[in-house]
Formats: sequence, C-alpha cells, structure tokens
Amino acid sequence: MSEPRHAIGIDLGTTHTAMASVALDGDHRPEIFRVPQLVSAGQVATRPLLPSVVYFAHASEGKLGLPWDPDRTFAVGEHARARGVETPSRLISSAKSWLSHTGIDRRAGVLPLDAPEDVERISPVEASWRYLDHLAEAWQAERAAGSSNLTLAEQEVILTVPASFDAAARDLTVEAAYAAGVENLTLLEEPQAALYAWIEASGDDWRKHIDAGDVVLVIDIGGGTTDFSAIATLESEGSLELFRIAVGDHILLGGDNMDLALAHVVSAKLKAEGKQLDKWQQHSLTQACRTAKEALLGQPDLEHVPVAVAGRGSQLLGSAVRGELTRDEVEAVLVQGFFPEVEASAKPATRARTGLTHLGLPYAADPGITRHLAAFLTRQADAAKALQGRVKEGGWGALLCPTAVLFNGGVLKADLLKSRVLATLNHWLEAEGAPPARELPGVDLDLAVARGAAYYGLVRRGRGLRIRGGTAHAYYVGIESPMPAVPGLEPPITALCVAPFGMEEGTDAKLPLHQLGLVVGEPVRFRFFGSSVRRDDQAGTELEDWTPEELQELAPIEITLPSEGREDGDVVPIHLSASITPVGTLLLEAVPLQPLEPGERWKIELSVREGG
Amino acid sequence: MTDSLPLATRVWFAWICFFRVLFDGEFAARAFRVRAPDGVEPEEPKPPEPQVDEAALVRAGALQLLGLLQREGRLVDFIQQDIATFDDEDVAAAARVVHDGCRRAIASHADIQPVRSEAEGGSITLEKVDADAIKLTGNVSGSAPYSGTLRHRGWRAADFTLPRAMEGHDPTILAPAEVEL
Repeated sequence: MSEPRHAIGIDLGTTHTAMASVALDGDHRPEIFRVPQLVSAGQVATRPLLPSVVYFAHASEGKLGLPWDPDRTFAVGEHARARGVETPSRLISSAKSWLSHTGIDRRAGVLPLDAPEDVERISPVEASWRYLDHLAEAWQAERAAGSSNLTLAEQEVILTVPASFDAAARDLTVEAAYAAGVENLTLLEEPQAALYAWIEASGDDWRKHIDAGDVVLVIDIGGGTTDFSAIATLESEGSLELFRIAVGDHILLGGDNMDLALAHVVSAKLKAEGKQLDKWQQHSLTQACRTAKEALLGQPDLEHVPVAVAGRGSQLLGSAVRGELTRDEVEAVLVQGFFPEVEASAKPATRARTGLTHLGLPYAADPGITRHLAAFLTRQADAAKALQGRVKEGGWGALLCPTAVLFNGGVLKADLLKSRVLATLNHWLEAEGAPPARELPGVDLDLAVARGAAYYGLVRRGRGLRIRGGTAHAYYVGIESPMPAVPGLEPPITALCVAPFGMEEGTDAKLPLHQLGLVVGEPVRFRFFGSSVRRDDQAGTELEDWTPEELQELAPIEITLPSEGREDGDVVPIHLSASITPVGTLLLEAVPLQPLEPGERWKIELSVREGG
Repeated sequence: MTDSLPLATRVWFAWICFFRVLFDGEFAARAFRVRAPDGVEPEEPKPPEPQVDEAALVRAGALQLLGLLQREGRLVDFIQQDIATFDDEDVAAAARVVHDGCRRAIASHADIQPVRSEAEGGSITLEKVDADAIKLTGNVSGSAPYSGTLRHRGWRAADFTLPRAMEGHDPTILAPAEVEL
C-alpha cells in the first residue's frame, strides 16, 4: 500500500454523517467533503451532510441510480429519508443506536424492524457499512477518478465513535469500516474530535482560552444522542498535555426528540381546533417546527411564529393547516422540559423494566439533559481527584468541577439553550465552592466532529497536541465461584478485571496468571462487564460485589477453542490477555498455559447476543 | 407570425424564462438577442453540436427547477389552483408553505445576493452602469456619473447549481401522482 495522501475524518452520526479531509503534505486545513447523494427521484446533488438512513426501493419504484451505479435499488441520504417518511417500513434509521444495543445480535439481519417480505433485512453493522460504502464510492467518484492511490481505502481514515461506546460497539464499527474497504483506520471519540476541531479552528489562539489546570467539559448534543466527556489540561515538564479523564453513559436523546416534542404541542392545539393531521403531515409539522424553533431561539423579540402544513392533495389552498408556535411553548417544552433547572444531586428518572418489552431502542426515559449532566458529574466526582494539585478545581466534593465548557451538536446553535446549560452548571459549581465555568468560543457545531477527526490525522503525525487518556472503561469477566448448587439460586460470580481503565493504544494489560479451564471444541461464554468509574482496578483484580452503578453488564463474550491438536471435550487451562489495538479496539485473547506451538492464542468474540 | 401560444403555456413559459434568464447567463444573452427590435435580425444560431441537444438540456433544467420548487414548496399546486375563491386566511396559510419550502429549495441550490448593498430609498451615485446589473429609470439622460434613488436593490445569483439529473427519468413529470396502498 502506498503512503496515504489525505487524512479523512468521518463522523458516522446517528442521524447524519459528515466527512472531512486534509492533505497530509504541506500546510492545509481540513475541508468538508460535500457528499453526492440522491436528493429526489433521479436527482443527484452534493450536500455537506449525508442523512444516515438506508431506503430499500420496491420493484414498482424504478432505479435509485447514482452516477457510479445506475442500477442501484437502495438509497442512502436525503431522498432515502424523504421516501422513508412516506414508506417507513422500508427505511432503516438510527442504525448506530442499534449498534450499541446489547439486547440483539448486531450482526443479524433485523432492520428495518417492520420490513415487508420483499425487503432483505440487514444487520446494524451492514447498515453502517452502507453509509461508509456510500462515502467511499462518492469519494472515489469525485476525488479519486482515474487514480488508484487516491481511493478512500488508501487514505488514513479516522472514524469517530461516541465516547460512551463500549468495546463491542467499537469492534462492530471497525467491522463495518473494513467491509467498506477502509484499511488504514483509527477510532476517535466524538467529544475529543470536537475539541480537536476547536483547537484547529482557534489556531495559535487556543492557549489564550485554556491553560494548565483547566478541566474542559465537552457537551455534545446531536440529533439522536447526547455525549459528555471531561478533558483536563495538564502541565508536564513545561508543556501542556490534554488528558481525557471521564466519559458519560450512552444517552439516546437528542435534537430530534426536541423537534418532535414541539410538533406534538402544535398538533395538540390543532386537534383542539378540530384539525387532525395524518402521519405525513405530522412529519411536515416537525420540520416546520424546527424552522420555527430556530427563529424563536434566534430572535429574542419574536413572540410567536406561524407554522403551516400543507395537505397531501394537489389542492393546496383550503387544505393547508395553519398553527403557531409561541415563545412560551418553546420555553416550556425545550427549556423547562429538556434543560430543567435542577440541583446537582438530581438523578435522571429510569423506566422500570417490564417483563414483556417491545423490541426497540433503549431511548432515555428522562428527557432532562441537565439531569443526565448532573448524574455524569456526580458519578465522575473522583475523575480529577488523582490529578489533585495539577488541575485547578474547586471543592473536591460530590461533583467533578469543570472550568470550561465546549458545546457541540446542532441543538446548541441556540444561544438560549447554551446559556441555560451554562447557568445551571455554574449554579452547581457555586454550591460546590468552585469558580464558574466559561464557554469556549464556538466552532461549526454540525461539522466540527468530522473536521476534528481529519485534523487528528495531522496530530498523529506530530503536528498538534494529542489528547491522551486511553480507554474510558475498565472491563471485567464474570467468573463463577465454585460452590455447591443451590436450587433457585444463581451461583455467585466474581468480576475479574481483564483490562484496566486508561489503557493506551498499542498496549497490553499485564494480567497475573489467573487460570481458567476451557473445554475444547465447544463455545464457552462468560458474562462481561464494563465500568466507567473504577479507575484503580488493575488487571487481575477480583471484585466480589459491586453496585449496578459501578459495573454495567455488557453482552457476553465467547471463546471457542479449535480442536486441532487437542481432543474434543478436553479441558485446557488458559489465562486471558487484553490489549488495545492500534485501531483503538479492545482485543481479548485466551492464551494456553501449555501452548502446542509458540505464540498460540485465540481471539475472544466480544459482541455475542445476550441470552441467545 | 400567425402561430400564437395559448395563455396557459405562455404563463408557464414566462415562468421558466424568468429563472433561466436570472440564473443562466448564456440563455439570458440569447433571449436578449431574440428580443432585439424589429428589423434587426437575430444572430444566426450556430449549427448545434452533434452530441449535445442544448435546447433539450435547457428544457430539462427548467423542468427540473419547477419540479424542485413543487417538491419542496408546492409551487405548482399553488399556481395551478384558482386563488380567487379563497379568503386571505387560506391564502396566507398556503403562502407560508410555499414561501418556506421554496426558500429552503433556493437556499440549498443558489446563493442569491443583492446587486446593490445600499438601502432602498436612499440616494446613490453610479460612476458607470453595467446594463445587465443596473437599470436606469425615470428621467434618463446625460452621462455618468449618475445620481439617483435606489428603488430596487436587484438580485444576483452568485452561485447556482441544479442537481444532476440521472438518465431514465421523465423530466416532464413535475410531481408523480401518489397512491397510498
């Protein structure tokens, strides 16, 4: 493979995907790649964002051809999204959320959930692959035509993932990228990419805004998910170092929920006037409410904005329904509903699990983003304690106290919402006796992650400051304790730490020999846990009890020892070894104590279906 | 000249010409030559290049724009309906749909900027006049510099691109009939 000419940053988002590139030679800045896509039947245009949806055409529909593939029968992007409104059962959306859903087999064809029979269902991994494949083909058509060493496969690709993605979801993302032909791949956490974009956009000025001891809270509210990270600025031997010290949980809550909530308010008012909207009109209303919301949030003197929705027939006059969205409603629904003023001790409400749950995404039960933020800062109160003296923090009490905030994601274009978050946060900080946090001046909130990811390609070449921090989770394998079977009682398990918190790329965990016996030829499953708060456990630490807040159970892991050279049914003593690959994924391996050949080891499968 | 087009076709054609003249400099130049005063023969058209049927391209582009404005802003629905029997409230509701959608459609395909940035109603002085960009009205005489009042700031499409049309689709279908199963 030839040396890559570009670093390509890809923000594979829940609702939108963006891509940026930067030439590696010379002094260049990342540029957004406008993605050609079908924007309506037979019409191809370029857009800075590619909606992350796949639509499968029915035989009656004709081709969904693209310049590079005239005979295509599926579409990714804007037209796909529009068709999906009219024909929802043929559309896949939010594949990324399914990718981190431990309750399903993420390699199995399950999407679209309600697909009719003529649609071949695909897996969340394949859906992600199709978005990436579309980008690779588009890049090929626009930028690499006639030149083999310019293809996406030949470039250095940096793919962003939510900081909250667990090891299995990262693995699956990598699998999708490899399937799309990407060879030279690195994963990067989205909030880190946002901070890189900010550093890149600020040029040399960024050191005026943050200095040694600052703790930057990155608040990233996208279309479908909300992600928090804390990154500390440390001084080390006279130079600055960035250190990611904490990441939040995966929260399926974003801007789309807000637009839906507003549309619901308006349609309830219309219903009271006797005007019923159908599903299609409801969607138009959501779009109209988004425009109205932006107007109300952007212009403080506006009190209300009319929203109008057309009927479906060709008779527009007389069928268009007019309603309005008022400032008070936006205030009540968005500001109070999604950004309530709460105390730092607030906890997001959780939905009680019922026995029979409909297969669906685990959407956040509590829309209060500030409550999720409070819970994050409380859970991570210890994150900076190890750095005491090196970070300028306040009370060292019940809260992780940031000194600066970087906002990211389209929702936060609204100053009103940003200032609400900041005011609530500063209220908590004041109660903690910590100085108020300040906002870092903004970057392009929709495209920063892709830009920052491309810039990371330069950082990796030593042309910028790198954020360190390693893995944001520690990982544990559940081991059954030997004890006599008691009917109706699950044997107690201990959690053996196999990968400690903060493992850096390309490093191994030194695991003291902890012997396990594996049966040859049979898949053996282990329960698997992750923790974003237990920072001090070393590889080999065994936990006998823990709280559900400390350790979250992930999808089980599975090892199958091939029977070559050994008898089926034999028990082979092994120990586990963990490492972080250069790509940024967790690799768990079983190493036999008595190898038949030097270097013998078997990869452990991370994302196995729960209970399946 | 005996053949004359029916009114409906002329309205439709005028509409297309408006956008083509606005966004396509070459087309505008050709149209400008055709509208030359009687007695002056329009320039002989160059023999058409064998591969590209330019008239068909122009027509396809115009149809594409109409289709776009219908899809995003229901413009054809609006124009095709008889407005006279509706009261202002209905017209206002429909106008909001059309305005919002067409505005979004135009914004994602064109960058429209005023020709003059000065405030309308204020007085301005022009050192020279580009006949395409500036139209003098009222008491027009003398020579540059001209002083006058800016009545309309004018519009310029600083950038305009239509989506690329894939083959195999009928461009005359501005909106397909919809049948819900």
